[in-house]
Amino acid sequence: MSADGMILTAERVTKRFGGLVAVDSVDFTIPPRAIVSLIGPNGAGKTTFFNMIAGLYHPTSGRIVFEGRDITGLPPHRITRSGIGRTFQNIRLFQNMTALENVLVGRHGRMKATPFEAILRTPRERREERETREQAKALLAYVGLAGKEDEFAKNLSYGDQRRLEIGRALGTEPRLLLLDEPTAGMNPQETAQMTTFIRRLRDERGITVLLIEHDMKVVMGISERVTVLDHGTKIAEGPAETVQRDQRVIEAYLGRARTA
Amino acid sequence: MSVEEIATVKSEAPEGRERKLVIGVIVIGLALALPFIDSALRLNLGTKLIPIGIFIILALGLNVVVGFAGLLDLGYAAFFAIGAYTVAFLTSPSSELLRALGAPPIDFWLAMVVATAVAAAFGVILGAPTLRLRGDYLAIVTLGFGEIVPLVIRNTPQWTRGVQGMNPIGTPTVPGVQFGVATEPWYFLVVAIVVLSVVLTARLRDSRVGRAWAAIREDEVAAASMGVNPVSTKLFAFAMGASFSGFAGAVWSSYLQFIDPGQFDFSVSIFVLVMIILGGLGNIYGVIAGGIILGSFDRILADTISDVLQTIGDATNIELLRQADVNRARSLILGLALVILMLVRPEGLFPSARRKMELHAAEESEVEAAQQRSTLYETQR
Repeated sequence: MSADGMILTAERVTKRFGGLVAVDSVDFTIPPRAIVSLIGPNGAGKTTFFNMIAGLYHPTSGRIVFEGRDITGLPPHRITRSGIGRTFQNIRLFQNMTALENVLVGRHGRMKATPFEAILRTPRERREERETREQAKALLAYVGLAGKEDEFAKNLSYGDQRRLEIGRALGTEPRLLLLDEPTAGMNPQETAQMTTFIRRLRDERGITVLLIEHDMKVVMGISERVTVLDHGTKIAEGPAETVQRDQRVIEAYLGRARTA
Repeated sequence: MSVEEIATVKSEAPEGRERKLVIGVIVIGLALALPFIDSALRLNLGTKLIPIGIFIILALGLNVVVGFAGLLDLGYAAFFAIGAYTVAFLTSPSSELLRALGAPPIDFWLAMVVATAVAAAFGVILGAPTLRLRGDYLAIVTLGFGEIVPLVIRNTPQWTRGVQGMNPIGTPTVPGVQFGVATEPWYFLVVAIVVLSVVLTARLRDSRVGRAWAAIREDEVAAASMGVNPVSTKLFAFAMGASFSGFAGAVWSSYLQFIDPGQFDFSVSIFVLVMIILGGLGNIYGVIAGGIILGSFDRILADTISDVLQTIGDATNIELLRQADVNRARSLILGLALVILMLVRPEGLFPSARRKMELHAAEESEVEAAQQRSTLYETQR
């Protein structure tokens, strides 16, 4: 844990794409075991910010510190192995692999067997494979996909694919989980289920969650703190109720009221 | 262990595993019996079987690169050449390298290990800077590499004897077995290597690294986000493929006793690639089938068909048939076969289940869309 007691600290993080400033000098912190949300209208820079934490983009300037370690500019696989898991806004499962195999790939960074051991099928390698399969099955059961281990990802229903993506991310043993619009395209009932599930992740597994949401209503129930981005800058931050009433937030979402 | 326990163990075994084992045993048995069948029937296939076997080894190696990891390598023959020339350098009495070093030729087995390592090293050297590139660029770089290696061999005659080629080349030493003109020892050596290669690649495919290859092939960004190091994973596939090729090159040069740069040109890379595409990318048994089919076409059938055509030509006095030589139309036939295959069965003759799905995904969604359209139409009526 870092000196300020935060699991993640982003300092003045900026990302420029050519002339466009997608994220402009954003300060952001996540306390441990919290569920925090990042919201904002389309094109506000939420996903860009998210991808910088996950290592897909390198910040143009600024610094990101995870558990006291500077992770700015590390490649995605190193960031994942350091304890940050993620899902994608537009589901990116390995479509032609089974549900179990998807979670097994998630376990990749936590496994130790070398290709050489795999060729020789050493007892250690076989034990690791067996144990990992058990863990993966348990994870699938946890996300509600028991009995669907051998289904190909592409044949799963939309809701199940979302669950599988979370299961796969859990396979990486994250302490911080980044969820990019986990309820996108879901009906109200599925959304409610997903919201409950996210809370369970925190309560039962102690995982800190950063949620990106487009939809204000979803985040209100579960997040302790909401950060609002608009045009790449942070325009509001605080408890959901306060943010909801913030004049600038309302303007960002609905536009400025015409004054006479 | 009680009877019930045995029963549960059996039912836990993955389905089709026993069947695969049986097929494997039958195939290996057939392969081992082939020389005896050959001599009994006087088919005289002996010398033709070894190149086919070498091609199968090449195909199995390229399958790791293209089939498992999804990296298009168009210069695969370069590593074949590197393996062959490494062995020649180390074991041939005509080797300038040995003369310069003042060293005697070394044992073939040792040279083979060195050749495999050298080919893998070249794979890493070529792959390290280029595997960061996207698919198409990688194909171009490997294509270039495949052209460069034979050119370098041609143009450094002081080391490689250029187009004159190198000979003789050291042979394997096994107590009680003579690796010489007789083809049987070579044949059994090649069969042993093929079996070993199958076990090796199958185990890699089903392991941690095999899953990482499949994941990277499907979605590199998602794979990296799950903790898979894309560069080292791809590099390993590339080095693995290169070492297979180098290994095959070592055996090839020793068997043939003569190598020249012409044996390793672009057409070899393409020939092996066509084998694995024809057989079914990613499926080890399919790849072997592809190797056997194309190998026997290349080495046996083409000549047989030419003979038959010429005989017919002689009998019917048709000049065109009398001079028929299918070998000259080899590229044309291969190309045609590939085009037809791509149109009719893009996943190959014996596809892996996964590849089949990838290639038919578009069709399925089309069918789905058509169904949806028709239901919509029905409801509107």
